[in-house]
Amino acid sequence: MPGKLKVKIVAGRHLPVMDRASDLTDAFVEVKFGNTTFKTDVYHKSLNPQWNSEWFKFEVDDEDLQDEPLQITVLDHDTYSANDAIGKVYIDIDPLLYSEAATVISGWFPIYDTIHGIRGEINVVVKVDLFNDLNRFRQSSCGVKFFCTTSIPKCYKAVIIHGFVEELVVNEDPEYQWIDRIRTPRASNEARQRLISLMSGELQRKIGLKVLEMRGNAVVGYLQCFDLEGESGLVVRAIGTACTLDKLSSPAAFLPACNSPSKEIKEIPFNEDPNPNTHSSGPSTPLKNQTYSFSPSKSYSRQSSSSDTDLSLTPKTGMGSGSAGKEGGPFKALLRQQTQSALEQREFPFFTLTAFPPGFLVHVGGVVSARSVKLLDRIHNPDEPETRDAWWAEIRQEIKSHAKALGCHAVVGYSESTSICEEVCILSASGTAAVLNPRFLQDGTVEGCLEQRLEENLPAGCGFCHIPYDELNMPFPAHLTYCYNCRKQKVPDVLFTTIDLPMDATVIGKGCLIQARLCRLKKKAQAEANATAISNLLPFMEYEVHTQLMNKLKLKGMNALFGLRIQISVGENMLMGLASATGVYLAALPTPGGIQIAGKTPNDGSYEQHISHMQKKINDTIAKNKELYEINPPEISEEIIGSPIPEPRQRSRLLRSQSESSDEVTELDLSHGKKDAFVLEIDDTDAMEDVHSLLTDVPPPSGFYSCNTEIMPGINNWTSEIQMFTSVRVIRLSSLNLTNQALNKNFNDLCENLLKSLYFKLRSMIPCCLCHVNFTVSLPEDELIQVTVTAVAITFDKNQALQTTKTHVEKSLQRASTDNEELLQFPLELCSDSLPPHPFPPAKEHLESASSNSGIPAAQRAVTVEKASPMGEGNFRNRSTPSCANSTVGVVKMTPLSFIPGAKITKYLGIINMFFIRETTSLREEGGVSGFLHAFIAEVFAMVRAHVAALGGNAVVSYIMKQCVFMENPNKNQAQCLINVSGDAVVFVRESELEVISTQQPAANCQPACTGGEVTT
Amino acid sequence: MASELDIFVGNTTLIDEDVYRLWLDGYSVSDAVALRVRSGILEQTGATAAVLQSDTMDHYRTFQMLERLLHAPPKLLHQLIFQIPPSRQALLIERYYTFDEAFVREVLGKKLSKGTKKDLDDISTKTGITLKSCRRQFDNFKRVFKVVEEMRGSLVDNIQQHFLLSDRLARDYAAIVFFANNRFETGKKKLQYLSFGDFAFCAELMIQNWTLGAVGEAPTEPDSQVDDMDMDLDKEFLQDLKELKVLVADKDLLDLHKSLVCTALRGKLGVFSEMEANFKNLSRGLVNVAAKLTHNKDVRDLFVDLVEKFLEPCRSDHWPLSDVRLFLNQYSASVHSLDGFRYQALWDRYMGTLRGCLLRLYHD
Repeated sequence: MPGKLKVKIVAGRHLPVMDRASDLTDAFVEVKFGNTTFKTDVYHKSLNPQWNSEWFKFEVDDEDLQDEPLQITVLDHDTYSANDAIGKVYIDIDPLLYSEAATVISGWFPIYDTIHGIRGEINVVVKVDLFNDLNRFRQSSCGVKFFCTTSIPKCYKAVIIHGFVEELVVNEDPEYQWIDRIRTPRASNEARQRLISLMSGELQRKIGLKVLEMRGNAVVGYLQCFDLEGESGLVVRAIGTACTLDKLSSPAAFLPACNSPSKEIKEIPFNEDPNPNTHSSGPSTPLKNQTYSFSPSKSYSRQSSSSDTDLSLTPKTGMGSGSAGKEGGPFKALLRQQTQSALEQREFPFFTLTAFPPGFLVHVGGVVSARSVKLLDRIHNPDEPETRDAWWAEIRQEIKSHAKALGCHAVVGYSESTSICEEVCILSASGTAAVLNPRFLQDGTVEGCLEQRLEENLPAGCGFCHIPYDELNMPFPAHLTYCYNCRKQKVPDVLFTTIDLPMDATVIGKGCLIQARLCRLKKKAQAEANATAISNLLPFMEYEVHTQLMNKLKLKGMNALFGLRIQISVGENMLMGLASATGVYLAALPTPGGIQIAGKTPNDGSYEQHISHMQKKINDTIAKNKELYEINPPEISEEIIGSPIPEPRQRSRLLRSQSESSDEVTELDLSHGKKDAFVLEIDDTDAMEDVHSLLTDVPPPSGFYSCNTEIMPGINNWTSEIQMFTSVRVIRLSSLNLTNQALNKNFNDLCENLLKSLYFKLRSMIPCCLCHVNFTVSLPEDELIQVTVTAVAITFDKNQALQTTKTHVEKSLQRASTDNEELLQFPLELCSDSLPPHPFPPAKEHLESASSNSGIPAAQRAVTVEKASPMGEGNFRNRSTPSCANSTVGVVKMTPLSFIPGAKITKYLGIINMFFIRETTSLREEGGVSGFLHAFIAEVFAMVRAHVAALGGNAVVSYIMKQCVFMENPNKNQAQCLINVSGDAVVFVRESELEVISTQQPAANCQPACTGGEVTT
Repeated sequence: MASELDIFVGNTTLIDEDVYRLWLDGYSVSDAVALRVRSGILEQTGATAAVLQSDTMDHYRTFQMLERLLHAPPKLLHQLIFQIPPSRQALLIERYYTFDEAFVREVLGKKLSKGTKKDLDDISTKTGITLKSCRRQFDNFKRVFKVVEEMRGSLVDNIQQHFLLSDRLARDYAAIVFFANNRFETGKKKLQYLSFGDFAFCAELMIQNWTLGAVGEAPTEPDSQVDDMDMDLDKEFLQDLKELKVLVADKDLLDLHKSLVCTALRGKLGVFSEMEANFKNLSRGLVNVAAKLTHNKDVRDLFVDLVEKFLEPCRSDHWPLSDVRLFLNQYSASVHSLDGFRYQALWDRYMGTLRGCLLRLYHD
């Protein structure tokens, strides 16, 4: 598919003054794509030029269309000397290459210069005409959609989830080429920006080709990273999950369905299912009933918005889920066979997704991770990046074997990262070992009989907790109990995962952000010696991070971690470990025990007293936390369980290994040997410090919650106010007498103070929750520690507090209902084939949900609706202050989440993946390092927003700042910063606006229920 | 452990109104932190002083970046770097251009030049307003002046269009620009009792009635030198005012005028006898002010003259405001009955405005 790229340069505004004499500018524009360049006329003496150019047309291969960015340069014409560049705009035209995304890029783009920042704006229109040309040997992959979102995008459904795709490309870094000595910093920065833009394009195209080979049409959870290896080169690598996605129809079409829900149930025709065999299980099975009884409101709200769901997609929740227990033995084997055959076809059964269609995730084994320390050497032949490929393959192989050891055949929530210092590089990979439902992994060839037999009594909300591994042959010492929810299957006492909390998980109380922070000094060393030193330190760091996490989890009175991300960063003279996760109390897992402190010298009276004082403090903290996070598990008498509640014992769910450049692999048992892990032994001052540091973590002020997952367990009624932010802090350590303790304290204070500052800054949003809190730590120089945080603050409705008295089951229902878009297809089938024996007839549930919604006084509801539309409010204010009414800049929301509260995403416009460099040689004049970086980040946000707006979007979801590399040289008054951001550009519609449409529908009998439900989401 | 770098950037720019006020008032970061601590914010939020310091720094940095845009408010609306809701944009602009009464009284009517700027130190000491804040206010006056100076059309409209200010504030700026352009003396000791509001009121009346724009005659040829229609007093009008002199120069006319006024006001005025005794003096004062307005120097002294020639005599005789109003009404109206006087329209244009001004200025 070659194509014609058409570009029109309309106008400029707010240009800088380039001619001091006249205080004006003679601007013209160069438009470059590949090797072709066009120029506009010079628009003399204006800071707001109107070029209104003709259409510049580029006839190009689709391969180039994918790889190359469109490059627009604004210059000042100078008769006597060389023309001065004002700045550039790079436009990624990829979103124009697939049919469902944007059709035109048109709007105001900030003109960016790597030395001066944003210098005015330019209005550009870009279009692409693609010609159909069925070339079998094509090198392009136009049409493959990319999503950063790590779940199935909201307006799509997954037909098949194919699996892992990865690719990397390498090149020389222009900054380190010989020519860099003679060219200007600007030229060097621009060469780098352009190269990375090209490399990402190429990478995306190559990944796209792999997806086409797998017969997929999209990549979900696409994560692209840059490794700036310095002298040895530049690596751009990406991983993702190949899928076949189908678009759901537009949301407007959903609305009629909401008017006749009970009818809908009967009407859902089975024959809509293209693959009826999979439903051979008959109209109703006990399993299904039970499953659904736990999610009635979920099914309803979802149903109300999807009438055309393809049932073939509908998962069988029962699939294999009951397999782990005594009765399930043979089925378990059968299931594993099935899935394995599906998964063994691929090299790596990895999935970058963190949230899944219902029924996809059967069991979760635990976190698997692998790290490896490598020495970088120059990449001699950029076209054959075999070394880097081999490194990653090695690590992935390890992950795979760890997963196998946990009795799992797949890894979900998978991610990879690097940390580089000089010529040493730590490669890390981690994920969650899991057993998956094979139904999603292959097309249609699903096993009818197996499925039928496997449908056992399985309650929702606990299946994924049940152990996937063999009880008698456990991969590590673990303590199992019967599931506190279904009482039938075995569960571990603690569960660590890298994924989001599954929708159907039953959680008690609220969750909270839990962090483990750690520094370790390291001798400065060169090459091999350095790598060895790091390799030797890594196991200790992992162990301590893990211990800290476990202790903090206990201190919170919780029993599971989600979204776990452990980052180990390497610097010249130290290693830093930062683990973030969201702690929750899973109803299915046993109540965690407390923490016992034991002293070494029991005879000393005053010491004893001190110990008991500490113990009291810890117990108080646990009690306080339980209250704070509303953790009140129902009392269960031991007879019901049938087995004594076991004495809890710490056990590791982490299985990892380190390997140095050599292939030696050391397995590490992280369980505390024979020692009872809940006992903290205070045998020296170090241990004392540790206990102290446990207690220094201050809970967020009242009205604030925080988590690093998508949504906060236990909070559902989000209002629509969101505030995404990035905060960066760098501290300089005093180089004198650095000890591990002092370092730890500094680092701990840095993180805690940062959080405190965030709570203070966002106090006007209370009650609110910081979601998707993403910390990254780096060591840019000897004594510098840099912490970067990106998160989103979302307000929620306080009325929630009234509901906390309800049982956790109800709560989980509500929570499930919040995400009604995600699981559109699920409930239809539920209702359709299991209506008669359903323990809670849907109709009744519907009534219930209706009444609970209409229980809110009408007036109050109206208020909520108003709140849900700040845009409307803004307009209103606009009117009252006429002076500002002519604002032309549309609002673009940004969020690291995959959804926008109170709104429905109606269209995905394409991936945003941008890389910027900013450099200054007048650091003091720009307000020092803080002024410099503050301005730069604000500019990056502005450029992202402008690109989204030009695509016709009004939000970026799954936004992530993947890199923020900051270097300074205050003595030379210089600084440089590189930032890489990505996300999905989308169009969203406020639910309050959808409501307006729906109220216009003639039959509005079920209106209160539907709209009420939507508003509270 | 010193923070080398500490920043917070929101997709929507966070604006803290309290910190903005402190910044506008010209406090340094440390002073602002101290003032915030005193406000009790630490107790309310449980934050630490370090948090407050970091927060204040962040806001100050944001404001410094915004300041460039605030110099040309329409830019704030169209820029892409800071995403700020419209209501917040309006607040930022309005507050930035708001000035202190004490400050404006010091510079009102002065030339907005470098010379005056040098005096800001003294003004700062005198008023207790920080020098930084004085500079901002002065620069605002000067900037608005420069932008609208050469413009046609209504002064208030021009200011509103180019600075997006509220109606009230735009009117105030119109007064400031008008005073600065005509260099009216407002700093004399005798004038100290007058507020900015008093002067702004007069300015508005004068702009409405005494400028070229007021006549409503659009300049026919575009190159004509009447561009700043609202800023300059109508020269022709000032020239014509000389003709009013006849009212006091012609003895018969003056006597007739006096008798008309006295007849009409007899029994209605509490200070009738004082009025009768003073009539000629007062009338001479008012008419002479008019006749002198051809000289720039006398234009500048307009308010001094009004106070000396009219307001002070009345005040020393303890005229109540109602009597002043009755007198001025009658004084203006009676001229219409003077058969020999040909400049009725001119008189009304002059006296109509002057009467309004005098009544406003007549207070303690």
